[in-house]
Amino acid sequence: MTDRRTFLRVTSLAGGGLLIGTLIDLDGTGALWAAAPAPGSTTPFTPNAFIRITPEGAITIVAKNPETGQGIKTMLPMLIAEELDVEWKTITIEQAPLDEARYGRQFEGGSTATPTQWEPLRRAGAVGRQLLLAAAAQTWMVPVTECTTEPGVVVHAASKRRLTYGALATTAATLPVPDPASVPLKDPKSFRIIGRATPNIDNAKIVRGAPIFAIDVTVPGMLHAVYEKAPVFGAKVARANVDEVKNAPGVKQVFVLEGGTALNGLMPGVAILADTTWHAQAARRRLRVSWAAHPTAAQSSADFAAQAESLLEGKPARVLRADGDVSAAFARAAKVVEARYEYPFIAHATMEPQTCTARFADGRMEIWAPSQTPENGRQLVATTLGLAPAAITVHQVRGGGGFGRRLNNDYMVEAAAIAKQAGVPVKLTWSREDDIRHDFYRPAGWHGLRGALDADGRIIGWSDHFVTFGEGERFAPSAGIQPTEFPAHFIPNFSLGSSVIPLGVPTGALRAPTSNAIAFVFQSFIDELAHAAGKDPLAMRRQLLQQIQKPEGGAMPAGAMDPSRMLGVLDLVAEKSGWGTRTLPKGSGMGIGFHFSHRGYFAEVAEVRVSPSGDLRVVKVWAAGDVGSTIINPSGALQQVQGSVLDGIGEALKQEITIDAGRVVQANFNDFELLRINQAPPVEVHFRTTEFPPTGMGEPALPPVIPAITNAIFAATGKRVRSLPLSRHDLRWA
Amino acid sequence: MVVTFTVNGTPRTADVPADMPLLWVLRDVLDLKGTKFGCGIAQCGACTVHLNGAATRACQIPASAVQGQQVTTIEGLSTDATHPLQRAWQELDVPQCGYCQAGQLMQAADLLSKHPNPTDADIDAAMVGNLCRCATYQRIREGIKRAAVLKREGTKR
Repeated sequence: MTDRRTFLRVTSLAGGGLLIGTLIDLDGTGALWAAAPAPGSTTPFTPNAFIRITPEGAITIVAKNPETGQGIKTMLPMLIAEELDVEWKTITIEQAPLDEARYGRQFEGGSTATPTQWEPLRRAGAVGRQLLLAAAAQTWMVPVTECTTEPGVVVHAASKRRLTYGALATTAATLPVPDPASVPLKDPKSFRIIGRATPNIDNAKIVRGAPIFAIDVTVPGMLHAVYEKAPVFGAKVARANVDEVKNAPGVKQVFVLEGGTALNGLMPGVAILADTTWHAQAARRRLRVSWAAHPTAAQSSADFAAQAESLLEGKPARVLRADGDVSAAFARAAKVVEARYEYPFIAHATMEPQTCTARFADGRMEIWAPSQTPENGRQLVATTLGLAPAAITVHQVRGGGGFGRRLNNDYMVEAAAIAKQAGVPVKLTWSREDDIRHDFYRPAGWHGLRGALDADGRIIGWSDHFVTFGEGERFAPSAGIQPTEFPAHFIPNFSLGSSVIPLGVPTGALRAPTSNAIAFVFQSFIDELAHAAGKDPLAMRRQLLQQIQKPEGGAMPAGAMDPSRMLGVLDLVAEKSGWGTRTLPKGSGMGIGFHFSHRGYFAEVAEVRVSPSGDLRVVKVWAAGDVGSTIINPSGALQQVQGSVLDGIGEALKQEITIDAGRVVQANFNDFELLRINQAPPVEVHFRTTEFPPTGMGEPALPPVIPAITNAIFAATGKRVRSLPLSRHDLRWA
Repeated sequence: MVVTFTVNGTPRTADVPADMPLLWVLRDVLDLKGTKFGCGIAQCGACTVHLNGAATRACQIPASAVQGQQVTTIEGLSTDATHPLQRAWQELDVPQCGYCQAGQLMQAADLLSKHPNPTDADIDAAMVGNLCRCATYQRIREGIKRAAVLKREGTKR
């Protein structure tokens, strides 16, 4: 069932051929089809389409969304190709430019592409197949019901006639378009492409070092730029030795950009433009900037922690949720457990530092960007530089990693502003230090938790005072919490409140935002309650998932976690990991955690070994996931789960961004450490398929691994980890 | 200074500052963009090339040090992407974002030239300096082992 409406159109290509487009109105608010090609258009490659078939038989499928390693440029075309019924290896896949009027929303975020595109893009392919069938039936003068397809060919079995899609394209383009809502879709049993492990379509280019990344873009006449911003976010340039730097070798221009005050907009800074990236980087070492005083220059992690400590002593400033009678539950509890949890800021550190190329000429801006939200970027550039959005073209270029970093378009507006000021095309390349010190960080947070157990060891009360960042009723970006977050709805007496600390540091979504922190806190605390109740951690979780507190009327809110699906993956991961069946020596232990996010259900078990002197090794992780009926690309899915799990391990082990004097202390991979190969355990992945439509894979496997590890550390050593990163903990047990 | 050295078997000349790292000579002067910038301080391995046959971080080698030397980049690992590692990487679908993979491949090629049949421990020891933010490590291990097999099969033929 869907309330989305899909709009399709078919147009003739000049010189014959077939072009099929679809537009998806995700909000169901009205017809969005806007950019029909002009009648008699002579441009055969008008890109308001997902499918192009030439009379010569060349088949092109357009990939609409940004690609930063999540595999969407391979997966979305698989949906179209399946229903169009073509041979995967014979088609060409083309990255769409940014044009939401033609392609619908084009962004990467929230693991949303699979659930929103699963049906519309298959229907786009199916409409094409129906038209080709109809064209063949007309050509052969046989009923269309007697025609079938094989990949790339329509077949009339009775007369043994066959015509290729290319041969039918010109006729097909003249036929009336079937209603996409009623075109038949394949029986999943007959899928030839969906469900088959399909390598990333850009692999051949990647392994030979082809210039396909944003940092590889070259525009004739361009200069290479670096941009120095204040270490205190948003501080303005008071003075800079611009003229002196201009004399450095290879330097062509140096200028100050005034910038604004918005943390996600164009920040003040000094641009250096040179013949090569190195000339610009070398000249930057001669740059001396006096930054104006800034109100957040006194902020520090130590002070945030002190404020949090003080706030946790009092009552929450806001009540976000209150179910039942929490005070009464704690009053009659057989046992009360209290704990404080905390986690640090962390950076995204995409492997490719932020980079973007821009050219401004004749009032038009052209941008090559690895953005996850290119339309937002276009709007930001338009607003900041006073350009009409229509005067800005954005090319989607492969990004070397996203993880939420490129949801913000700060580097895009910088490149555009520098290019506009300079009057020549510019490629802006951030240093790693820029990247670590000018991120939109996963916000730090603190939780004051209390849990009440009855005499049977059931959780009857739960209260959480969440201290985070924001002002008044507004949370800083990605610093909030959903009042529906588990274990809400599963504990009869439940309260969640928040207090906020003002923040001058930019924050934003990091892969599985909010979940990547909350799962650690809640799933660790549930473990504490299990141990306090004398229960097995798995048994405690199973019991909790079975005590759902349905609202009056019985219906759970839309999008709520379905406990039966979570029980399914919990039991699966327990079985695959041998939970409860293995005896491990002291210093070794297994831990479990689960989390529902981005419509996906994941339960994970970690096995760790802690040496007597406290060295931690994650030995193995088992992950079980339920993302619905179909794993569209098993190869990509496995990559995303393994990558998410290892990403979570990397975050937990050592990652921490510290603020001191309003600025970020860490600067590069020597002090902000990513997971290395020798720390990466095997990750065994199992999927439980269910009858639900498939959902996204980019994020939901990350959150559970962190509490699985901390719970395993407790099992191994008896030491309860209540703060991250793990490198701050003394895990010695002998 | 004018530096003359051999890149992927071809003599090349560049007029660059003596302290310009090989990384930027390759990328911005010689237009060989397969070698990637990741950190600039030899912490990530994205810029790994072969200098006289040995895996080296191109961000740490000044132009003055490559005068007369032999440099191989990802573009020269094979002429047609048929190096056993390049074949294995595609067969096992190793890359995610792909940004670090040129460096991974150059480091792995160095490993395979010394250890024709590396164990997991050999692989971890050789590849520890090459970060992959997408954490494709499991497939990197599998890819290196697969390439070792392909290399042996190729030799037999």
